[in-house]
Amino acid sequence: MILIAAGSESFEAPGIADFWQPLVGDGAFALTRSMIVFGVTALVLSLVLIRVSGRLRVVPGKTQFAVEGVYSFVRNSLGRDIIGTKDFKPFLPLLFSLFIVILVNNLFGVVPFIQFPTFSRLGYAAALTAVVYVTYHTVGIRRKGFVGWLKSFVPSGLPAGIVPVMFILEFLTFVVIRPATLALRLMGNMLAGHLLLLVFTLGGEFLLLHSTAINKAPGVLSFGMTLVMSAFEILVEFLQAYIFVLLTAVYIAGAVADEH
Amino acid sequence: MTGNIAILAYGLAAIGPGIGIGLIFAAYINGVARQPEARGVLQTIAFTGFALVEALALLGLVFAFLFKS
Repeated sequence: MILIAAGSESFEAPGIADFWQPLVGDGAFALTRSMIVFGVTALVLSLVLIRVSGRLRVVPGKTQFAVEGVYSFVRNSLGRDIIGTKDFKPFLPLLFSLFIVILVNNLFGVVPFIQFPTFSRLGYAAALTAVVYVTYHTVGIRRKGFVGWLKSFVPSGLPAGIVPVMFILEFLTFVVIRPATLALRLMGNMLAGHLLLLVFTLGGEFLLLHSTAINKAPGVLSFGMTLVMSAFEILVEFLQAYIFVLLTAVYIAGAVADEH
Repeated sequence: MTGNIAILAYGLAAIGPGIGIGLIFAAYINGVARQPEARGVLQTIAFTGFALVEALALLGLVFAFLFKS
């Protein structure tokens, strides 16, 4: 990303267009950089998990310890505590896969030479959200029946006059707002964070190489900010993986809960 | 001075969520300080609330890019 946009005379601010990076071909069927990163993620994760689960020991090695740590974090603090002891087991594979896929994809955003957050493209975030969306509605309809599912949108004990209004609001929340924000949150955070890095890097490059002598110091400062913001990005990347799975668990918990 | 007013609008749109997220985490820190053993429960609630409030800022960001031209 950094190498591509270097070397222009007047400073061009980076934009969303910088995140569209087709490697082979163009248009709808292009092989893009995000596809490669996602493929690499899938490959790496499958290899690591197959390798670890094939050689489980009572006294865990380093890799097994790390994988078990992530798994028990998702299982205990996201699955069991939110969905509830009774119902959380069937959803663990979904939660765990979502967490590691998002986390590794996000972390590729700061790995040198890859440095591309897959989820800065809305399509990838939307695809994961679609899985979550179908899951929590299907579970809700199966648990409560279609009418019960519709009823569960409105909190019980409201005055009869408010119920229709609340139903419309809550219906919109469940059907439109929740999936939209789930996808946009992941995409927006990844996009905004890396756009910021891009601004500091390109700005620093421009100030250092293409501007007057007095601008060299802010240019160096700008590169320094890139490092600081990269550290902040790592935090945000963990946080976004956590929040995505947390919200998934909260939505599923709402779908399996008996009472509102 | 030339520029894009959508970015200014995004700045305005970020005020509300900024205050909101500040309030949420202030309450979370307060809660944990008063009752450290409730941390796990509070964390879930805090991040759920944070995610809801942040949605507004994100919509602002997306709209700022959408209506740029």
